[in-house]
Amino acid sequence: MSDTWLQIAGGLVQRMRALGAEAYPQECCGALLGRDGETAREVLDLLPLTNRRNDSPRNRFELTPDDVRVAEQTARERHLELIGWYHSHPDAPARPSEFDRQHAWPWYSYIILSVQKGEAQEMTSWRLHGDRGSYDSESIVCQATISAAPSGAIGRERV
Amino acid sequence: MPVKVIIPTPLRAYVGKQETIEFEASTVGEALHLLTTRYGELRKHLYADDGRLRSFVNVYVNEEDIRYLQKDQTRLKDGDTVSIVPSIAGGSRPSVTGKI
Repeated sequence: MSDTWLQIAGGLVQRMRALGAEAYPQECCGALLGRDGETAREVLDLLPLTNRRNDSPRNRFELTPDDVRVAEQTARERHLELIGWYHSHPDAPARPSEFDRQHAWPWYSYIILSVQKGEAQEMTSWRLHGDRGSYDSESIVCQATISAAPSGAIGRERV
Repeated sequence: MPVKVIIPTPLRAYVGKQETIEFEASTVGEALHLLTTRYGELRKHLYADDGRLRSFVNVYVNEEDIRYLQKDQTRLKDGDTVSIVPSIAGGSRPSVTGKI
């Protein structure tokens, strides 16, 4: 059972939703920059990046080691940390796929945005469990509002 | 021949939050073996079941990708830096074309 939270400024949520809709029907992707705390992380900035999977962008994304280095450098320049990644699932649910799980790194937060017929829908956040066999979901807290996050139940799901 | 291994952020929790660890190693393979022997939980994140480095795990000696050198047989010299750098990948569902 996970009790971690991912706090995101409302403007960044809207920005990710716009990026996902703009990239549709392809997957968008990018880095999450912010700060990591004991029980909560804060996403304070985004770094949209180019999806390197030119061969299959509708259902795959990839960022190279150089992209990761750029994200880390950008985080340092902005006095932030590289805390995770976001990507969209065109016409697919905001749940980690088997491919997501196989390629995930521990510790990072992975935001997944479902984009259905060009419209951004559910957004969830996940961290790979240490055994690599499951994910721990993170509750997303949109800081611009007091109401509940768009989605994200606390708990562990086997993918 | 002490070499420095740079640990990527997502794996630092498994090594007591160290950013770099030094080993006496002659090859990349030896350095990674020493690393995963000392910190056993790293192994499943670096290696697939067939014993090969996972595709999204990239290893550099100084600034050179070992894929373009001698892979895990790449020889190391005193003061070399071995960097483990992530690739990030994912996606929604299998391609209808069968591509991975």
